[in-house]
Amino acid sequence: MRLMLDIAVTHVLARVRQTIVGLLGVAMGVGFSIMMAALMEGSQRDFVSQLVDSLPHITLSDERRQPPRQPAEDAYAAVAISGLRTQAIRPGIKNPFAIVATLETWLDGKVAPSTQARAVIRYAGRDTAASVTGIDPRREALVSKLPTQIRQGTIESLRKSSNAIILGDKLAAKIGARVGNTITVVSGTGQSLNCTVVALFHSGLSQADETQAYTLLKTAQILSGQTGLVNGLRIRVRDILDARDIAARVEVQTGYKAVSWQEANEDLLSAFQIRNFIMYAVVGAILLVASFGTYNIISTITHEKTRDIAILKSLGFTSAVVRRIFLIEAMLIGIAGMLVGWVLGFLLCLALGSVEFKSPFMDATRLPILYTPLHYILAGAVALTASGVAGYLPARKAASVHPVDIIRGAS
Amino acid sequence: MTGTGNGPGAPLIELRGVTKTIGDGVLTTLVRDIDLAIEPGEFVAITGPSGSGKSSLLYLLGLLDVPTSGEIRIEGRRADSLAEAERAHIRLSRLGFVFQFHFLLPEFSTLANVLLPMRALGRLDEAAMRRRALDLLGSLGLEAHVHKLPSQLSGGQRQRVAIARALANEPFVVLADEPTGNLDTASSEQVLGIFRRLVDETRRSIVMVTHDLGLAARADRHVRIVDGRIVS
Repeated sequence: MRLMLDIAVTHVLARVRQTIVGLLGVAMGVGFSIMMAALMEGSQRDFVSQLVDSLPHITLSDERRQPPRQPAEDAYAAVAISGLRTQAIRPGIKNPFAIVATLETWLDGKVAPSTQARAVIRYAGRDTAASVTGIDPRREALVSKLPTQIRQGTIESLRKSSNAIILGDKLAAKIGARVGNTITVVSGTGQSLNCTVVALFHSGLSQADETQAYTLLKTAQILSGQTGLVNGLRIRVRDILDARDIAARVEVQTGYKAVSWQEANEDLLSAFQIRNFIMYAVVGAILLVASFGTYNIISTITHEKTRDIAILKSLGFTSAVVRRIFLIEAMLIGIAGMLVGWVLGFLLCLALGSVEFKSPFMDATRLPILYTPLHYILAGAVALTASGVAGYLPARKAASVHPVDIIRGAS
Repeated sequence: MTGTGNGPGAPLIELRGVTKTIGDGVLTTLVRDIDLAIEPGEFVAITGPSGSGKSSLLYLLGLLDVPTSGEIRIEGRRADSLAEAERAHIRLSRLGFVFQFHFLLPEFSTLANVLLPMRALGRLDEAAMRRRALDLLGSLGLEAHVHKLPSQLSGGQRQRVAIARALANEPFVVLADEPTGNLDTASSEQVLGIFRRLVDETRRSIVMVTHDLGLAARADRHVRIVDGRIVS
């Protein structure tokens, strides 16, 4: 093995320019792949994290997915009933606080009650539609990032004045309201309340920042015209990937519709899957192109070294040994390219990460870069595999050289 | 090795009724029905006109090629039907080659070229291999050139390095294909002197293909080949 390595190293080092070109080909393939994967996955994770973290992981509403089972379905084997819809005799979740207590006995996370109301917010002659969510400020801190998203005022200010309201910063800007102003909130049921703006929040999600407002539960219940109404439970789980399973269990247990963040953003997640597929296809293509450089170099070396191969075989080197020598040469280029590519990839990530960037979709001031060894391992593995395949074909050709043909041709 | 061995006393290399034909459509016979035995301590010269099959015969003797028909025996054992790897091992451990063009690896030093077959065989440790290589190069007057590349040597020096490499694993037969074909008279004399000494002092056998009848006359046995057949 040592001898094969020595011969391979000598061959590769004897062609410095070719070797550097091939090495740079692999290095750039690996480096740009790492950069691209880090950027794509970084931005995706940043987006998902903003999306997931700014809202509860599971939202339990007072709706039911299926209409109740009809007596006729129990009485007869084959029944067709059309036009059924879910019951909505009295909106709201029954015994919400009992449900909260029950869920918290087994659920690895926190639950907070809420009351949703549609309303029109009016200030200085300007009207805009908004979604008002009644919350318990202490519990809200456990299920959403609202307290950290407050830009002016505090979430606790909700308790300090009557009919206090927190507005999204863009919503406030739209109507021209500031902290301390009194605005009029008119609900769909006709209830009208004068509320004091006590804080502004900025979640980074435009839709929420333009249409969302928070009040105390009691205030939202007044707007809904129904005392004690709780029409939503907001759940935050420790492991966000468990949200779908937990939502299903909550739904079975309570009978109410529980929507996980995955279900709520299914379209987006599907788009991410497609995006990831495209990303890995492009990364694979970059590395494949780089492997052609290795193929070219090993092909050239085997072509130039035909006489040496004949010498080695005439001395008693087997075809397998000759094949291994040229495979080692390809792998040497691949390994060196991979190592340089890792450094290049890291430096590119650092450089990109330092670029300030504003996106309409993200609230990032710098490009979000994901640093993970997985990208380095994947890019390295693909580069080495590609180098191995690129080296194998010319190596096989080299091994098949018949020494007599070359020696006879030389003389 | 396969086949029945003749045991001690058998020729080092023996060709029995060997014919080699090449070509797909139009067949060309390189050597025809050759019977030849190389005995220990024998200096054999093979001569003949160009294209007569001298080199083809040498390649068959050295297991670089396999016959279309007939048998090749090494120390009495059938060798032509062995797998490529086994024939390669015989070449590495029992035979040495010297070609008209030195065929040294250009990126390797003189010493590294001589070490190459020893390292491939792996019979000796690193220090012993190095000692033997330096001894060989010294005995051929190359002690001052051990770290030079082949491109830094003269034609005669290169050929002596090739001889040292051929002798590295102590082969019982050295097969030389026109070893002086590219050398001036002085270098040719030097090479021939080395071969003579090897036969006389170490009882190794030399099979040398040459077109120079003067050189051939100094061998112990002269085999003349014409149109692929041994004529004398």
